[in-house]
Amino acid sequence: MIDKERVREVIAKRVAKEFKDGDVVNLGIGLPTEVANYIDKDVEVILQSENGFIGLGPAPEEGKEDKDLVNAGAKFVTIKEGGACFDSAMSFAIIRGGHVDATVLGALQVDEEGNLANWMIPGKMVPGMGGAMDLVVGAKRVIIAMEHTAKGAPKILKKCTLPLTAAKEVNLIVTEMGVIEVTDKGLVLKEIAPDTTVEEVIAATEANLIISPELKVMEV
Amino acid sequence: MNKIKKIEEIMEFIKDGQTIMFGGFLGVGTAENIVDAIVKKGVKDLTIICNDTAFVDKGVGKLVANKQVKKAIVSHIGTNPETGRQMNSGEMEVELVPQGTLVERIRAYGAGLGGVLTPTGIGTVVEQGKTVLEIDGKKFILEKPLKADIAILKGSRVDKKGNIWYSKTTRNFNPIMAMAADIVIVEAEKLVEVGEIEPENVVTPHILVDYIVEGGER
Repeated sequence: MIDKERVREVIAKRVAKEFKDGDVVNLGIGLPTEVANYIDKDVEVILQSENGFIGLGPAPEEGKEDKDLVNAGAKFVTIKEGGACFDSAMSFAIIRGGHVDATVLGALQVDEEGNLANWMIPGKMVPGMGGAMDLVVGAKRVIIAMEHTAKGAPKILKKCTLPLTAAKEVNLIVTEMGVIEVTDKGLVLKEIAPDTTVEEVIAATEANLIISPELKVMEV
Repeated sequence: MNKIKKIEEIMEFIKDGQTIMFGGFLGVGTAENIVDAIVKKGVKDLTIICNDTAFVDKGVGKLVANKQVKKAIVSHIGTNPETGRQMNSGEMEVELVPQGTLVERIRAYGAGLGGVLTPTGIGTVVEQGKTVLEIDGKKFILEKPLKADIAILKGSRVDKKGNIWYSKTTRNFNPIMAMAADIVIVEAEKLVEVGEIEPENVVTPHILVDYIVEGGER
């Protein structure tokens, strides 16, 4: 099993390997944002920020913040040379219209059909969906980056119980235990983390897992 | 035609029970001076349309904190705990709309359309109570237009006729809302002479703007 301190790093690093040169990618708030730190230098990924630009760069040096330049979480960021700003209608036309190659989001629950729940817990937490519903419907690939369980309870379920963000849109799930692809036949475990057994992954997953005959060890 | 007004003059247009659109994304690109003046005036029972309810001390969040909002039509409330509290206690109604749908509903009104068909929300609670149409084998939700009595914009540079240019990520909902309200007011961070913004760099054309307030940088 992966050390607790390395869980987020392992997930972010593995997700970063999913991108091709020239891909347009939207990273969600939290763990997905960390993926940007691990993208291969030879792969040019254009990050889209749904508040209205492409060419999202790292945080500015202290003292060099621009009050007019923030990401979708209101954090100060930079814009890379060649970036472009636009309004929210254009931003979501880019998202909904299939001009984003991949979106990376966290999840509360994902299920065997690729259904995703990540925007509310009735009676407890109702932050709103923000741009998540549009991103999940519009992006060509939906990658979920999350810890495999929440306080020991599985998050990869037979069927989501929380209100859905979108139905049947998830393509890939990356956790600290492995990489799972959503297929027509169900969830396929394609990669497994080092020092982790298939039995351990199955025990931490409520959904049925099809073990790929070409199961590989996840590069961490 | 002189569109330039003092903020006190603008406040004569703001009344109890109105529907007001505010540009801004988590407060970035929101007319803070006009929000402060509305807080000071204390009008009640507003319906606000904005991307989010920002923070208790920034953007439209200040109107929520001052209990001036009856209903908020927004995509996100997570950064303003006061919105959640008032929603749970029943003091305030919140209509959560996916962000891309929210902006298209506003754009639809401003563009004279009867609504938009979007795949966003199919198979979720967003679909409930709405017309779903199948077009060429794919399902879409019919989302209706949104309009307001007043739209309050923030422009980084505004010329004296009302042409607007927006800096970086301050643009967001501002240019879309400029088309969807009876009265459109812009707070200018910097008021410039006509001609200082090149015609091809104008984002919101002056014919959409009714009044200009000088705000300064903040």
